[in-house]
Amino acid sequence: MRLPCSCCGPRDSGEFVYRGDATLRRPPPDAPETHWADYVYLRDNPAGPHRELWYHQPCRSWLVITRDTRSHAILAAEAAEAVARAVQAGPEAR
Amino acid sequence: MSSVQYSIFSLLRNAVRDNRGWTPAWRKATPAPRYDVVIIGGGGHGLATAYYLARHYGMRNIAVVERGWLGNGNIGRNTTIIRSNYLLPGNLPFYEKSMMLWEGLEQDINFNAMVSQRGVLNLIHSDAQRNAYARRGNAMRLHGIDAELLDARAVREKLPFLDFDNARFPILGGLLQARGGTVRHDAVAWGYARAADRLGVDIIENCEVTGLRIEGGKISGVETTRGIIAAGKVGMACAGRSSQVAAMAGLRLPIESHVLQAFVSEGLKPFIDCVVTFGAGHFYVSQSDKGGLVFGGDIDGYNSYAQRGNLPLIEDVCEGAMALMPRIGRVRLLRQWGGIMDMSMDGSPIIDRTPVDGLYLNAGWCYGGFKATPASGLCFAHLIARDEPHPVGTAFRLDRFARGAVIDEKGMGAQPNLH
Repeated sequence: MRLPCSCCGPRDSGEFVYRGDATLRRPPPDAPETHWADYVYLRDNPAGPHRELWYHQPCRSWLVITRDTRSHAILAAEAAEAVARAVQAGPEAR
Repeated sequence: MSSVQYSIFSLLRNAVRDNRGWTPAWRKATPAPRYDVVIIGGGGHGLATAYYLARHYGMRNIAVVERGWLGNGNIGRNTTIIRSNYLLPGNLPFYEKSMMLWEGLEQDINFNAMVSQRGVLNLIHSDAQRNAYARRGNAMRLHGIDAELLDARAVREKLPFLDFDNARFPILGGLLQARGGTVRHDAVAWGYARAADRLGVDIIENCEVTGLRIEGGKISGVETTRGIIAAGKVGMACAGRSSQVAAMAGLRLPIESHVLQAFVSEGLKPFIDCVVTFGAGHFYVSQSDKGGLVFGGDIDGYNSYAQRGNLPLIEDVCEGAMALMPRIGRVRLLRQWGGIMDMSMDGSPIIDRTPVDGLYLNAGWCYGGFKATPASGLCFAHLIARDEPHPVGTAFRLDRFARGAVIDEKGMGAQPNLH
């Protein structure tokens, strides 16, 4: 499996660290405990397109990659920073 | 329903009749309109659950529905190792129960599963690791489980060909569980299927569950590709597909599905007479009765339902093999495969009720589900029949994550790819 790094182009998956579901949003510090438990432990775990965080170790960039978990096909790749800024701008901005 | 009791006499009788007298080991059942219990998933755990429900809990009207054919999932895709060398109180009694059930399994289900208690040896490469394994061994012995701390000389006598004087990872000893070993995995599926079938359980293959029928917060049946089946109780034993089936009841689980690869080499003369694990990397190996080395390592580390893995992990596993036993450097790899692991958030399983009345969950086995098969079936059957957890399975609750009562053997936190 090769993953497209936004700096370095397609690279071997062995160069990357996986950090899981990229759609999770950390609740505010004063959120009820159930929200925190959901955030830390519960996952959608889809069989199909999955937005996930990958860290490219050689160039230290964080990526949000959309990958089909049934076939490992890469559907999209974005810089995590751009995704985070879009999220901060508001849910509709994405 | 097969009524033939397998024995030396049935073997001889069929041997002299050119083996024409064998009948199918279980019926190809068609779904009835209603069952008292429907188990979703015809893998090892689902079949064992159905068997123990019928055998120990007196239930008869039971069906196991399986999407594919029997034994096509992880029950036939693992490295066949059984052991109970755990550390934590929630796990120890459960896995030891499983070991005790393995020890009597073949007589119990009248099927030769080739249970071989050849020993499981975890190697030690540093003083700190010796302390950790001494602690683990003591925890095991306090629970009445056999454990023996070996020094380097004892390991050398057992396995003289290991790389003892490796500059980075010298072998200083090992923790041996002599009662651990291997079991022929597909025979476990067939044996449980046949034994359950003989007790009247319907095993329905090629029957995919597409929905769960829930009325007023209570389960009333399952929708399948072979029609709607009404059920008093439903048990989910779906391994890597647990999240999809649970989602049919509106549940999100503390589980990610990951791929784990396993490997078999070409056949070699016998030279490893136990299961050996490398303590400085993730690599474990045994030798099958056909002579092939059966080995594995880490999961690939990312969500996957593809049932196949990638090359970086294969390289990692083979590096572990070379660091441990350089003599196999020219052995050829015969085949390699991948299975979907239901990796839970603390590395330990879940056997519990769900918020839906009459719907039960058996999931989160990570890559340790095979050794647990008998106890998992027994505990899940107990839970379904009595609506209360089996005494050895009380820790595997679904709400332990929210309560902070996780059972984290490796101390990795909520990172499924690190367990």
